[in-house]
Amino acid sequence: MPGGLAARALRIRESGIVVVLAVFVAVTASVQHRFLNAANIQFVLVDTTVFALLALGETMVVISRNVDLSIGSTLGLSAYLSASLFQGHSGAVVPLVFGAGLGIGLACGLANGVLVAGGRVPSLVVTLATLYIIRGIDILIVGGKEVTAASLPASFLQIPKATVGGVPDVAIAVAVVIGIGAYYLRTFRSGRDLYAIGSSPQAARLVGLPVGRRVFTAFAASGAIAGLAGVLWAAQYGTVNSSAGTGYELQVISAVVVGGVAIFGGSGGVVGAALGALLLATISTALYVLGISPFWDQAIWGFLLLVAITLDQAIGARLTAALRRRRTREPPEGPS
Amino acid sequence: MNPRRAAWLAALAVSAVAALAACSPGASGGSSGGSSSGGLKTGLKVYVVPKQLGNPYFTVADSAKTGGAIAALNALGESGTETSGTAATPSSQIPAIQAAISKGANALVVSASDSSALCPTLTSAMRRGVTVVTYDSDAPACRDLFVNQASSKAIGTSEVDLLAKEIGDSGQIAIVSAAASATNQNAWIGYMKQELKKKYPKIRLVSTVYGNDDPTTSTQVTQGLLEQYPHLKGIISPTTVGIAAAAAVLDSPKYRGKVQLTGLGTPDEMKKFVSDGTVKAFELWNPADLGYLAAYAAVDYASGKLSGAAGQSFTAGKLGRFTVGPDKTIVLGPPLVFTSSNISKYHF
Repeated sequence: MPGGLAARALRIRESGIVVVLAVFVAVTASVQHRFLNAANIQFVLVDTTVFALLALGETMVVISRNVDLSIGSTLGLSAYLSASLFQGHSGAVVPLVFGAGLGIGLACGLANGVLVAGGRVPSLVVTLATLYIIRGIDILIVGGKEVTAASLPASFLQIPKATVGGVPDVAIAVAVVIGIGAYYLRTFRSGRDLYAIGSSPQAARLVGLPVGRRVFTAFAASGAIAGLAGVLWAAQYGTVNSSAGTGYELQVISAVVVGGVAIFGGSGGVVGAALGALLLATISTALYVLGISPFWDQAIWGFLLLVAITLDQAIGARLTAALRRRRTREPPEGPS
Repeated sequence: MNPRRAAWLAALAVSAVAALAACSPGASGGSSGGSSSGGLKTGLKVYVVPKQLGNPYFTVADSAKTGGAIAALNALGESGTETSGTAATPSSQIPAIQAAISKGANALVVSASDSSALCPTLTSAMRRGVTVVTYDSDAPACRDLFVNQASSKAIGTSEVDLLAKEIGDSGQIAIVSAAASATNQNAWIGYMKQELKKKYPKIRLVSTVYGNDDPTTSTQVTQGLLEQYPHLKGIISPTTVGIAAAAAVLDSPKYRGKVQLTGLGTPDEMKKFVSDGTVKAFELWNPADLGYLAAYAAVDYASGKLSGAAGQSFTAGKLGRFTVGPDKTIVLGPPLVFTSSNISKYHF
């Protein structure tokens, strides 16, 4: 059963990152016991939510052998516009603001989708351009203004702080969204198509998969999710100016790659990517908790990326070898 | 990729950019060198170059509405323009300065995003007879005058004094700074250490961490501090991004009133945290006054009324008289302390 083999490989990848995470937490906690107290765990979880959400959208795009560099700018635009809805509109309700953020992100994602799928321009170039265009629009709109915590209602600022049984509400909500994303990518035909497209775009086109439509949808989803993440960002930090989310795209791509998603598409999953985001957030906080000079932060970050990519290559090579062995040893099975 | 489709997209992109460019105000010719009754030249082209456009702090420092640099220039009869890049980096700021020089600037009022990288550009401007005044952040080797918001010593010592008043004169404190390479941050921190040694030997500075003026990083480093030092009694964050992020972390029943926070912040960003008791007092100068003073200094210098020699004095409109100190530096004054009793009066 080829499905079993693939599942096992997937399990290897995600368990790999869980092991790294566990070792890291254990080492940190043995040096600094307070690392494992409730407040710190809650903080790391909340800190992860924005990146885990962004990683979900990015994973869908990367699996299809594309990349979305515009998510940081989309997050910034959505964070400002949605949070500014509270200013002068005392009637603005929280769900409406989340809806607005989602809509703004979706609009950005649709633009990316049209250009990549419709214009058949490489996504690296398109989203590099929209990274600047969306940030430019953000700067034009925001100018020197800013949204401050005083202008936001307490109910909104309370969102990242609320907990259920010690677990932050937002972490639960984001975990549910990631679960839905994972289920969609594993089960739905349109989700599986993304993997096929990422493995070989030409082959996918030849077998008649709607490549353009699937890629378009992936970009739309990535944009919408980035918009949602923007609202969460605003609730978390309270102060939004035109630089919110600058540079996030590379951090998110790091998380996605560390989480075992192949940068050239075709394999990996959103659970791994979310764990990648969790690992990177844990590392950043751990370095500060341990009192390691923050000058090491970026170097360690880069080193982990290299380790992740090397591991990914090794697992990929072993998987190919295993598949080849099966093919030569076993007679072909019927369609599964 | 379909070449015709690509050509279409390219054409579309180019025309969009052209349309945008057409909207921006073009360079208009104008002569300079008129003279007003006060002995100051009028009609000077003065370019105000903040570290970054779109930064609320500089918008207040520069704009006419808030009574900043452009307001002063308008009042003096000069033609003032704000220009810069959108990132606080030399590579973003230099092209804007170059463009200002080539448009025939008489004076530049610059907040340097880097103390040395702007020097070749600013030096070539000075060689052409353009007055260069730095404000907020200095480039000591390549300017005619520096308008300092408050002396580094005053900022460093007053923040330690504010915190000591809140925590008593013993206990652990920490600093949440911006970038480890920021000249002004390090100068302030140097004076903080001096003041601690001199006046509060029982207060121990246990750590200095760097939030890089990024909300996420600043939040992470603050959280890290709280975990690493469970007995921490106070935090000083001499940067507006850092103090707002630290305040958001401390804004919970667990820390409110137990860990005190002070530093440099803007009243608008800190209003919520002052009203709910997370922060008792913090300080800043009035950025609009800083821009206003820098504009006056630039016009006075360009009119030949100032040469940068220590002891020279001049009048800066509503702000009164100022004297040039050592290192061709003019100091705005002692920082302004914001508490719950006065914060509602300020809007920036």
